[in-house]
Amino acid sequence: MSTFWSIWISVITIIVLGGCTWLLLANRNVELSDDQAHSGKAPTTGHVYDGIEEYDNPLPAWWFWSFLLSVIFSVVYLVLFPGMGNFKGVLNWTQENQWQAEMDKAEEQYGPIYAQFANTSVTELARDPIALKMGQRLFADNCAICHGIDANGSHGFPNLADKDWLFGGEPETIEATIAHGRQGAMPAWGEVIGEEGVVNVSEYVLSLSGEEHDAEQAAAGKAVFDATCTTCHGPDGKGMQALGAPNLTDKIWVYRDHRYPLRLSIRHSVRSGRNGMMPAQQDLLRPEKIRLLASYVFSLTADD
Amino acid sequence: MSNVATAGDQPVHDSEATGQYYTGVVKAFAIMTVVWGVVGMAVGVLLAAQLVWPDLNNLLQPYTHFGRLRPLHTNAVIFAFGGCALFATSYHVVQRTCRTRLISNGAAWFTFWGWQLVILAAAITLPMGFTSSKEYAELEWPIDIAITIVWLVYAYVFFGTIMKRTIKHIYVANWFYGGFILTVAMLHVVNSMEVPVSMWKSYSVYSGAIDAMIQWWYGHNAVGFFLTAGFLGMMYYFVPKQAERPVYSYRLSIVHFWALIALYIWAGPHHLHYTALPDWTQTLGMVMSLVLWAPSWGGMINGIMTLSGAWTKLRTDPTLRFLVVSLSFYAMATFEGPMMAIKSVNAMSHYTDWTIGHVHSGALGWVAMISIGAVYHLIPVLTQRKEMWSVQLIHAHFWLATIGTVLYIASMWVNGLMQGLMWRAFNDDGTLTYRFVDSVEASYPGYFVRLLGGAMFLAGMLLMLYNLYRTVSDKEPEQSSDAAAAPGQPA
Repeated sequence: MSTFWSIWISVITIIVLGGCTWLLLANRNVELSDDQAHSGKAPTTGHVYDGIEEYDNPLPAWWFWSFLLSVIFSVVYLVLFPGMGNFKGVLNWTQENQWQAEMDKAEEQYGPIYAQFANTSVTELARDPIALKMGQRLFADNCAICHGIDANGSHGFPNLADKDWLFGGEPETIEATIAHGRQGAMPAWGEVIGEEGVVNVSEYVLSLSGEEHDAEQAAAGKAVFDATCTTCHGPDGKGMQALGAPNLTDKIWVYRDHRYPLRLSIRHSVRSGRNGMMPAQQDLLRPEKIRLLASYVFSLTADD
Repeated sequence: MSNVATAGDQPVHDSEATGQYYTGVVKAFAIMTVVWGVVGMAVGVLLAAQLVWPDLNNLLQPYTHFGRLRPLHTNAVIFAFGGCALFATSYHVVQRTCRTRLISNGAAWFTFWGWQLVILAAAITLPMGFTSSKEYAELEWPIDIAITIVWLVYAYVFFGTIMKRTIKHIYVANWFYGGFILTVAMLHVVNSMEVPVSMWKSYSVYSGAIDAMIQWWYGHNAVGFFLTAGFLGMMYYFVPKQAERPVYSYRLSIVHFWALIALYIWAGPHHLHYTALPDWTQTLGMVMSLVLWAPSWGGMINGIMTLSGAWTKLRTDPTLRFLVVSLSFYAMATFEGPMMAIKSVNAMSHYTDWTIGHVHSGALGWVAMISIGAVYHLIPVLTQRKEMWSVQLIHAHFWLATIGTVLYIASMWVNGLMQGLMWRAFNDDGTLTYRFVDSVEASYPGYFVRLLGGAMFLAGMLLMLYNLYRTVSDKEPEQSSDAAAAPGQPA
């Protein structure tokens, strides 16, 4: 901040704290006669308001000293910590420093626990109960917010426990997905194929997985599908993991809104497209944690 | 209980029935205090029940969703219940302690109807989902403008009446009421600066960290000036009046008044510890909050010590009990607040139910209890009765309110500490011990106890409403202090 504002803040801070001190000291002493002091009867101010009078008792000593001590504490605190405008405080404390110090301490304490897994493969880790337990905890901390605590996913977030993989379920692929993230983009086709095309192709997609559908519309939709969708989803609609294009023949839907009939969700996907985003974790989690996570996710569907 | 004023300096036996003061608008505000108290707290109890049984969100979707009812609850209890209590008592106190009538009865009635319209508008627009999304300032821009107009007229009536006082000094209660009225005007106008985009939508002129800072500068001073300074004004009149004792220390009232208003205005940043707010702002917010502890207790000391020599009245006078217990909760909440403003304490307490407990130790224990005590004092005075229709019901109300408050805040302490500890518990490998939902599950017993406490408090308010109805509708006053006064006069 500019020098002006720095001085402004410091000056009004000093005025407020100094003013409190002055108020306290200026009102400290009340002259009480011996008689009044002994009887505990202070004089009144002489004002009367609707029958209410006011004693002029002295400030309670414990209160006076508590107040003064809190002012002294605040002055000391403002010398140690940033508060008076641009003055950084003699301790050089910042909240970022404090966070970094706690992170460094955690790294020192927990780092070695993870370092021991640096040279173990995902498949080996998936057989190690301790590693799996740690992977599960890491999953709860970092992944469950989208994929669910049991990894069953939800609308827009793939189920990781169903053996159906958008980008592939091999150990190395899972590890790469977690580390680098994924983008699953379905383009919006509404403008290209028109609403009738959207409806027809959706019926055809329903037919691929044996869902209830309108045969006539589905037949019309097949032509649209062959011309538009096969590049990514393949001629048989079984998808393509290199692109993250889902298999449309397996009754598993990433974007299924259970409040509505399935065909409405499919139409929405075709008409307006979808953008799936798995965020990259490599800048947030150390490699061993990513490997532990991969082994946990892998273990959910591993055969043994 | 006795509501007959002490002889003091009054020129007549008692002014209550003589028409020396204007009581009509005071009575209207006092009655609406109880009505809005019941409404606001009933919504609160529904919200507490929703946290125990989430299906209650579906009573009448989307209007009964927690997210829409929550601001309705806070606005109703703070501005409708608390606001009416402040209007009623300030109009009563300023006349009597200045020994003059209100400067304008018409303007006072304008504030009454204006304020009721604002409340009605809030009760309609908030469940409809119209919100500026600023906590305790959710009302949209047309209502913000209406509030500003009503508030300016309120300031005119209050300060105008002070200007025409017939005694030289201004009583301490009026310092607090005056500080509250001026500061709330400033807070409301500055925080509600917004750009309308349609009839019921506007955007704040502030953005980012500055918006957050302005919001909590407003938010904490809604607590500091609306809910503390205003109610301290109430305390300074009704405690000595009901106890029939002089105020303990004039000197203490001077020191704690100036210190309180100078320090409170700084405390907002303690709501934003460890956020994007600059470090220096957080530090000043914390330091000023700590220094605020002693000035806050100054008011408590002055209230409690005023009772020395009159303690025996507590055995028989439930109205005085409300006033004294409110001061105890005030002392508790104003010790807790500075403690929670300390960064390291806040790191654990923030975002937990402890905050909710702290707020209600102030809202139920302090604000509601002192308002209830003040209204129990006011109603017989305004209707020329010796006492309320049933003193036994006041006793029952007192115990319901006290036990209800204790259940509420104790359950939220337990929940808050538990949540804070669960969220920061680590396994041996540095992962979190508990998932968030574990802490929600563990909070259920506390939510149930809170519901119980809130329901008890509401039950007390219903007794009060009934007692009020019987008192006001009773055609024959039990004992009029002025035989010449016609029943129902002066209204």
